[in-house]
Amino acid sequence: MCKNLCKRFRQGDQAVMGLDQLNLIIEEGEFVCLSGPSGSGKTTLLNALGGLDRPDSGEIQVGKFRVDQLSKGDLADMRLKHIGFVFQAFNLIPVLSARENIEFVMQLQGVPHAERSKKSLALLKDVGLEGLENRRPAQLSGGQQQRVAVARAIVSEPTLVLADEPTANLDSHSAQQLIELFLALNTKHNITFIIATHDQRVMSQCRRLIRMVDGKIVSDETQNMES
Amino acid sequence: MINIALILTLAWRNLWRNLRRTTIMLAAITVGVWAMIFLTALMRGMVEDMLKRGLYQLPGHVQIHHPFYLDDPSIVNSLEEPSEVLTKALEEVSQYWFSRVKVPAMLVSERGARGVMAIGLDPNAESDILFANRHINEGRFLSSIDDEALVIGAKLAERLETGLGKRVVLMSQDPNNTIAERGFRIVGIFSAELSAQEEINIYVGKKTLQELLSSKDKISEIALFAEDYQQANTIQQYLQQILSEQQTKAQALSWKAINPYLSGMVNMMDGFVLVWVIVIFLAMSFGLANTLVMALYERIREIGLMLALGMAPMMVIWQILVESVILLLIGLALGNGLALVAVQLTAPGIDLSSVAKGLEMAGMGTTLYPALLIKDVWTANFIVLVLGMLTSVLPALRAAHYDPIRAITKST
Repeated sequence: MCKNLCKRFRQGDQAVMGLDQLNLIIEEGEFVCLSGPSGSGKTTLLNALGGLDRPDSGEIQVGKFRVDQLSKGDLADMRLKHIGFVFQAFNLIPVLSARENIEFVMQLQGVPHAERSKKSLALLKDVGLEGLENRRPAQLSGGQQQRVAVARAIVSEPTLVLADEPTANLDSHSAQQLIELFLALNTKHNITFIIATHDQRVMSQCRRLIRMVDGKIVSDETQNMES
Repeated sequence: MINIALILTLAWRNLWRNLRRTTIMLAAITVGVWAMIFLTALMRGMVEDMLKRGLYQLPGHVQIHHPFYLDDPSIVNSLEEPSEVLTKALEEVSQYWFSRVKVPAMLVSERGARGVMAIGLDPNAESDILFANRHINEGRFLSSIDDEALVIGAKLAERLETGLGKRVVLMSQDPNNTIAERGFRIVGIFSAELSAQEEINIYVGKKTLQELLSSKDKISEIALFAEDYQQANTIQQYLQQILSEQQTKAQALSWKAINPYLSGMVNMMDGFVLVWVIVIFLAMSFGLANTLVMALYERIREIGLMLALGMAPMMVIWQILVESVILLLIGLALGNGLALVAVQLTAPGIDLSSVAKGLEMAGMGTTLYPALLIKDVWTANFIVLVLGMLTSVLPALRAAHYDPIRAITKST
């Protein structure tokens, strides 16, 4: 839930409104797409929701957390335990293998080795990367890397996954596979997905589409997926 | 919670992701540590050599005198030959010891007169250590305690325009402050590393000098050499305790008290080693800091990613510090190994005879033997490790405070 959310940036001498009195409620288990032109505030909103950036004013509530009031350490802890991230690019740690990248978050959480191993291998299978667990990111294609990132984002069973342009660097086949993976995870684990995207393929398959312009929501539509 | 396994994995793999850079940095640390340890060992060897030569000229690691002897070294301030108890203690703590009569005197030739230090000694007791015994240019050294001949330095012979076989007159004061004098024939001319030694010291049989001074069995000093000059303080305290128990009017002094110049030289060397090690480290630290900053700059996005995923800033700091420590430990191991090999290879001595004249002036021999002290190795290792870690703290702190979003979106 966001209430009266404001975030300003400076561009040269001018102040630009990244988020302008934005109000938004997203229920648990929703599959939401944020669309809009560059600079419309999609990424700013995702960063604010994930506690990666602080708003200038307004309230953000994610589950039981008042994100805008948490300390830096508490924000890190919240991100670690409750939020999964998928970024547009540079999603993986280059010196860790696919499996180690997935286990990274669990290692930070102190999950025992055996459990980590079991979960990461199961997830690699789920995202179609069975047999590639020991490959480093440089040895994986862009689509495979994104799927590892998705596996990492959901491995600790977060309540919310925030994805920023996850299909931007993917070919259409890989992009479609990723969207299907998101949808399957949303249905299977009831994880809330908020995806910022320009990609029509993603927008056409989401259940709720929010359009933003100049830091404001200009439309908020629920889509009928059966049509 | 700090996950040590994760930190070690990340630190180790990050260290080797740019092999060339890591190899260059390792080479710099290795050479730096080698230079710290090996060159310090050479400097220590130089000082040890000067010190040992100084102690032979003193002579001894510990000396026992009459309490007023150092202020007025006349026969009035003399001692009895050591008692049975003291003799037993001297045998116990020393490699060898001896007693001397050592008084200021005047030596007169037919051409001139000079103030000298007349040393009456037992040549058989001191034959192993007496420097003059090994540098007789002409003639011979004294043969016995009652040898009635005289051995003088080449410089003094030149000043007095006298020489081997010539007669000279030795004058000093007896215990009654009466002039005691006697003619001696010069039987030997010695050379010393310091010309002052040649000019000041003259040698005569101990018993002969005692007879001249009518001092019976009185002696001026007892000198002893222990196995190691660093035992001097302990031995001095032990002997002083015995002297006090026996109520002997005498004091035991270590070489440090007798010759503050020599002890000052050792202390100065300790300070110099520290400065030397720090100077080398400073040169090395620029490379280390630069390498770390570059390495972190290249990894700014993944550090941002780790922070975004919930890694605590403290873990980022630990990761970078551990990476730095691994690099330093490998460099230290290689540097120490190289230095030990260099010390082993040069243990037979480095020939410096091409600059013999200058070394002689500095009171050194022409062969340099490295002296590796454990404390110098510890100092070098401690400074490199601790200051190396401190050098890494600033880049680590900076990395831990990256803004995750700005770091991830930064183009490198």
